[in-house]
Amino acid sequence: MSVDANGYLTLNDAGLYCPAGDFHIDPLRPVARAVVTHGHGDHCRPGMGKLLCTPQTAAIARVRYGETAFGQIETLALGEVLRLGEVSIWLAPAGHVLGSAQVVIEGKHGRAVVSGDYKRRFDPTCAPFEPVACDLFVTEATFGLPVFTHPPIEGEIGRLLASLATFPERAHAVSVYPLGKCQRLIAELRRAGWEAPIYLHGSLRKLTDLYEQLGVAMGPKLDATAARKEEMAGQIVLAPASALRDTWARRLPDPVICAASGWMRVRQRARQGGVELPMVISDHADWGELCATILETGAQTTWVTHGAEDGLVHWARTQGLTAEALAIAGRENGAEGEAE
Amino acid sequence: MTPFARLLCALVFTASRNAKLRVLRRYFEATPDPDRGWALAALCGKLDLRSVKPAVIRALVEERVDPVLFRLSYDFVGDLAETVALIWPDTGAKGAPLLLSEAVDALRAAGRQEAPALLARMLDRLPADERFALIKLATGGMRVGVSERLAKTALAQMSADVSLEDIEALWHGLEPPYVPLFAWLEGRAGAPSVDLALAFRPMMLAHPIEAALYSAGEQRENTQGEALTLARMAERLSPADFIAEWKWDGIRVQAIATPSGQRLYSRTGEEIGGAFPDLLAAMRWRGAVDGELLVMRDGEPAPFADLQKRLGRKAVSARMLREFPAHIRAYDLLHDGERDLRDLPLAERQARLQDWLARETPVRLDLSPPVPFESWEGLGQIRAGARAAAQEGLMLKRRDAPYVGGRPMGPWFKWKRDPLSADCVLMYAQRGHGKRSSFYSDYTFGAWTLGEDGPRLTPVGKAYSGYTDDELKELDRWIRAHTTDRFGPVRAVEPALVFEVAFDAVQRSSRHKSGIAMRFPRIKRIRWDKPAHEADRLDTLEAMIAQ
Repeated sequence: MSVDANGYLTLNDAGLYCPAGDFHIDPLRPVARAVVTHGHGDHCRPGMGKLLCTPQTAAIARVRYGETAFGQIETLALGEVLRLGEVSIWLAPAGHVLGSAQVVIEGKHGRAVVSGDYKRRFDPTCAPFEPVACDLFVTEATFGLPVFTHPPIEGEIGRLLASLATFPERAHAVSVYPLGKCQRLIAELRRAGWEAPIYLHGSLRKLTDLYEQLGVAMGPKLDATAARKEEMAGQIVLAPASALRDTWARRLPDPVICAASGWMRVRQRARQGGVELPMVISDHADWGELCATILETGAQTTWVTHGAEDGLVHWARTQGLTAEALAIAGRENGAEGEAE
Repeated sequence: MTPFARLLCALVFTASRNAKLRVLRRYFEATPDPDRGWALAALCGKLDLRSVKPAVIRALVEERVDPVLFRLSYDFVGDLAETVALIWPDTGAKGAPLLLSEAVDALRAAGRQEAPALLARMLDRLPADERFALIKLATGGMRVGVSERLAKTALAQMSADVSLEDIEALWHGLEPPYVPLFAWLEGRAGAPSVDLALAFRPMMLAHPIEAALYSAGEQRENTQGEALTLARMAERLSPADFIAEWKWDGIRVQAIATPSGQRLYSRTGEEIGGAFPDLLAAMRWRGAVDGELLVMRDGEPAPFADLQKRLGRKAVSARMLREFPAHIRAYDLLHDGERDLRDLPLAERQARLQDWLARETPVRLDLSPPVPFESWEGLGQIRAGARAAAQEGLMLKRRDAPYVGGRPMGPWFKWKRDPLSADCVLMYAQRGHGKRSSFYSDYTFGAWTLGEDGPRLTPVGKAYSGYTDDELKELDRWIRAHTTDRFGPVRAVEPALVFEVAFDAVQRSSRHKSGIAMRFPRIKRIRWDKPAHEADRLDTLEAMIAQ
């Protein structure tokens, strides 16, 4: 595809590339210089010569991949401007997970913004999204269909707490993504007044500890793998979906299987996953927010990177905007592939 | 609408029966009349609104949403009611909350002309979950995994004094929204007075003979031998006390005819007359008959598969009626048109049944004649000959027993013929639900066929019972260690483990690739010792098809 907006961005086999500044954004394979929007594995991959990102994303990358996974890690604080070749770049908060940022590319032809993943709702664990006026807006479309409207998170947390009251003898095991969703859920539970220790699957521990080191309070946490079965009755256990589907879950007392994801909006999907308590909690913009954000940036051209591109591209064109779907390999919307 | 929407949502996502009962009971206790009664009617399929068809709903949404976006969304979601509920634009219209009873009253009053606009106005007022509930209500078919019986069980749990049998005895005289029923359950009033002439009488059910002869620990069919069963029968039961009759392989029904109408009920009291107009039309007699519903040709019962073609149909074509003629084979007479006979001993009821048949000369209804026998051995031999006919085995009923609803221990036993069995190879395993959600507990197994490139397995059935808890753990371990592929909750495994599968019959099926379907397959034994290539071939199973 020959997408090109004033030479700022093109698509090659490693993903989005800025020829004027000679860097990739969230590349799919190792490249010399990668600007990375956030720490999720489908955006931040090991093996880059130079990694440029926010200090928090850098800390996350170190925890996930180790210090030696990158030639060099360079950090850029939000709003700090860096000259790269013929363009200037700076990072603006994306509100997706701790450290997540949009990449703003500016030069004599105008301004392009690559959003990465983003959300518009309040999140106690990260800085809120800031819309940046631009000419080209590159947006995600994970929930790019009008059936996706995320309800207020308070109601979803409320249903979990109500179920705990109804089934005080059962553990409530919530499947979460280890980066972002896990910590946001903990923080929201604390905000809703849940003070008891929260039991964590081992794979969630390192990133949750890192959030605390970076100043996000998490309250008391215990190791679910080491806990006695009966002590988890009536308690909240967080674990990745794969663990809840596997023998690991046998250590939990008669668990209510819960899931926190934007996909839970669709009952059929939730049921197929064997979920008993679906919570519609997403770290992505919902349909209304995707549309509103495109309009808010004032961009004449919108590129849609991953998710349900067709719907959002169709909508943007009905608004008189230029819109293209970028099929970036490795970012297709798999059955359970949403990195939230 | 909010509590009803929450109820549907909770039921959809609750797998275990007990948890569903808890959810239902809480709803019935917390919701006032008449809303809870309408909800009960909707769950039991007793609410016939029918003013709105799915095509109408689709038209309504396409007036409001870009058709391209609607189509993309429908493709993604897959269910019309859910897509519409999710995509319906929020108008921000606020008003008084919409009560379930308001919605029902309005939709009942509306004709086909006004109904679409009325529904649209109501959808405008509701959030997504409640829109879903309203659309389901308007189009019928809740599909939330609640049977009428489960709903009634939850009702019985509301009261210490009213049993499930009490509710079933009155159920068919009650009408939505069931206000007197709830008053009775809550102890605020006595039992509702209803005209019970046409009402379902709770059915008398039998225990397997093995339940009387073997302890719980012994009760796996592979531990019991014919000789032991006969010896224990001779020791504990006197043949002179019992009447034997065939247990026909159809469905148990209760047929009632009075001057005010005819009813046909299934074993659990659900009305099934709609699918059997031929039977209803033939019920010109007076009385209440307990019998077996069969498809009958030239005086011979047809295989169960033929009857299955008639079950659950809303409209029955003339061709169906001709090719699959329905018939009742009578076991018992509960009412002879003049008096209730249920408190009489069985021997007396049987005499009355024969007199009644002679007097009424019914069509499409005949007697299931008693099977004369002298000893249990002799009866055992008769039972062994049951295979060819549409007979599931024998019933043994005490001569002196009155007809009592429920499943009392002692008066009635079923002595089923020995199951068929075949050695099949495990092909796929799926995780179970609830307590079994981390275990691979549902098994698809196959039999060998000869393909172009050698022998290959064709799936022939699926079973999720018959093994012990310890065996389940062993199977789970084996499956995890022998997985060759995964598809969501399903694993394909090496074709290396043989199950001895027991089943009641094999029938032809055009829905299955193998061309056959097993009835009630269960795992009889896990043949850890048997090499997979020695398992049975599909043609062995085909030879077992009941003619």
